[in-house]
Amino acid sequence: MLSLGLLILNGDKKVIFKSSWLPWVLIAPQAFIILVFFFWPATQALVQSFQQSDVFGTKVEWNGLENFESLWRDDTYLASFKTTAVFSILVAGLGISLSLFLAFFADRITRGAWVYRTLLILPYAVAPVVAGVLWLFLFSPSVGLASFMLEKLGVQWNALLNSNHAMALIVIASVWKQISYNFLFFLAGFQSIPKSLIEAAAIDGASVWKRFWTIQLPLLTPTTFFLLVVNTVYAFFETFGIVDATTRGGPGKDTAILVYKVYFDGFKAMDLGGSAAQSVILMFIVISLTVIQFKYVERKVNY
Amino acid sequence: MNYKKTLATFAVAAFASFSAQAQTEIQWWHSMSGALGEWVGDIAKDFNSKQKDYKVVPIFKGNYDESMTAAVAAFRAGNAPHILQVFEVGTATMMASKGVVVPVEKIMNDGGYKFDPKSYVPAVSGYYTSPNGQMMSFPFNSSTTVMWVNLDALKAAGVSTDKLPQTWPEVTLAAAKLKASGHKCPVTTAWQGWTQLESFSTWHNTELATKGNGMRGMDARLVVNSPLHVRHIENLGNMAQQGLFVYKGRAGSAGANFESGECAISFNSSAAYAGVSKNAKFKFAVGTLPYYPDVAGAPQNTIIGGASLWAMAGKKAEEYKGVAAFFNYLSDPAIQSANHKRTGYLPVTMASFKMTEESGFYKQNPGTDVSVNQMIRKTTDKSRGIRLGNYVQIRTIEDEELEQVWAGKKSAKEALDSIVKRGNELLEKFEKANKS
Repeated sequence: MLSLGLLILNGDKKVIFKSSWLPWVLIAPQAFIILVFFFWPATQALVQSFQQSDVFGTKVEWNGLENFESLWRDDTYLASFKTTAVFSILVAGLGISLSLFLAFFADRITRGAWVYRTLLILPYAVAPVVAGVLWLFLFSPSVGLASFMLEKLGVQWNALLNSNHAMALIVIASVWKQISYNFLFFLAGFQSIPKSLIEAAAIDGASVWKRFWTIQLPLLTPTTFFLLVVNTVYAFFETFGIVDATTRGGPGKDTAILVYKVYFDGFKAMDLGGSAAQSVILMFIVISLTVIQFKYVERKVNY
Repeated sequence: MNYKKTLATFAVAAFASFSAQAQTEIQWWHSMSGALGEWVGDIAKDFNSKQKDYKVVPIFKGNYDESMTAAVAAFRAGNAPHILQVFEVGTATMMASKGVVVPVEKIMNDGGYKFDPKSYVPAVSGYYTSPNGQMMSFPFNSSTTVMWVNLDALKAAGVSTDKLPQTWPEVTLAAAKLKASGHKCPVTTAWQGWTQLESFSTWHNTELATKGNGMRGMDARLVVNSPLHVRHIENLGNMAQQGLFVYKGRAGSAGANFESGECAISFNSSAAYAGVSKNAKFKFAVGTLPYYPDVAGAPQNTIIGGASLWAMAGKKAEEYKGVAAFFNYLSDPAIQSANHKRTGYLPVTMASFKMTEESGFYKQNPGTDVSVNQMIRKTTDKSRGIRLGNYVQIRTIEDEELEQVWAGKKSAKEALDSIVKRGNELLEKFEKANKS
């Protein structure tokens, strides 16, 4: 058993505090933040989801499960689960694989590496709505650069009426926004892999791809798993600004993902009860997804 | 304890300077940006310079739905502004919220001013009058739906510009000629729900919703799947498939496509005047909304858009006097006429319309009177206005379903049936949440 001042490192690599109160003090700031910014609003949402009130909140009534039942009756709400699934899989999948690809090459660059890295990290500083507007302009049917080039290639780009085009637009904007974040983690992951492992494999004659698949990728599984969780949460919760700035859920309701409807009903239409009910449903979906990820996907992770 | 003394001195000084001003501040939250923001600022400045008792402070709070959300939050926290500018879509919500607003009629009477709702254009005053006959809010900036026409494009396509297309068959014919001459976007529309369903209904003296479009009670339900509505949306859908009607997005985005010259005919607000006259590099004209000539009673009148001013509840009597003084100032026909000429918003009283007419403004600026003439008519029970709860969401449903028709995914009947079904759920919900 190894003793490090305040801490004790036991045989299972677990860190144990000597003091009984110090750990509580140390986690108190974080616990406070979670309490104020997560548990309190989440409880409020839970309470409001069983209420119905007028816009100004002068009359608040309990109405049991009515908010949930009216969602259940709404076919378009049920359809938006599918939309959300497609969107989230695309955003998380593309976001993670593209940034892995970029980090792999950025890691191999020796000269001027910081230039590439800075440029790749830059989009993270852009607000979601700005990112949305940026891509909206690029893909705007009459003036956009991207749509102009697509037209040259023979694609009649029309995100206003073509659902697939609209979905592509919000996926591109959302992925672009998140790539920097993923890139940072992957780059750090690549750099923490001991050079000796790679060199030993190279001496044994393993190709770049062989080294990637058999050494680097397995060692990156903790990072990949972490990013899978974070990107899923991102796609589910943080993309409403992008949707609002680009498609507003259209054409029809084909890009109206769940969180966009929460935002629209709550902040534009001011139906707080209905919006709260949706956000409670969304919260349970994300919680169960995260649990599933930890229970099943984490088994494949090598720490 | 020296600092306590100092503090007390400060407090006294602050109080003294406050009472020396003796000016009551009136907060006015609005959503006017750009040139219109300057206009609002000038109004407040003029009012403040003309009297000494009150000071109106205009504060820009974002676009219409943002400022309304901000006001809701402020009201819940107990610091709402005195005056709030609310778009027409929020009218039903404001009226149904009891104890949140003070009717404009009451404020004016309490303030000792003469207030005659009859002096207003009927389609305007009707929109803001509660079922018991009380005018609830002060009409500030009202616009209506008109047809914008690019005269150069029409000429190039060989369409006569002496007389603009008046009916839908004529518009379709003009669109066909434009298309034949190689035009990529003959007809488009902004605010599709407002222009193609709501104003379309009153223009044809047909109900969009029962109970006089909700004017007579919260138990109104949508009937926008009537044969006339289906016929019109079907026509537009066919035009979309043939490339005669080109969809350019929700809200007012099609306005830019008209200004750039890309689209030749556009349906939009009359308040687009400021932008079009500034940006259009072609000769343009304003026409009345087209109608189907075989429909009895058409054309009736179009409905208003824009916003009105609401006085929020819970303020001091002295402050309400200030609000009344400000509204009285805004009621002056000369001021209203000047506002109309400056912004393209409608003159909301008959007196200000007459004054503008006598000044020769309409003769010098042909087309500016089209919107006025569409509005200054006797309204019917079916055309007085539209007052539906959860209207922001219903407008979105209209957008969503109409897009399916333009994309060829749904028939007009299917889409309109769906608007009725989904919209009525929201109306039932609103009725339940606001029943007294």
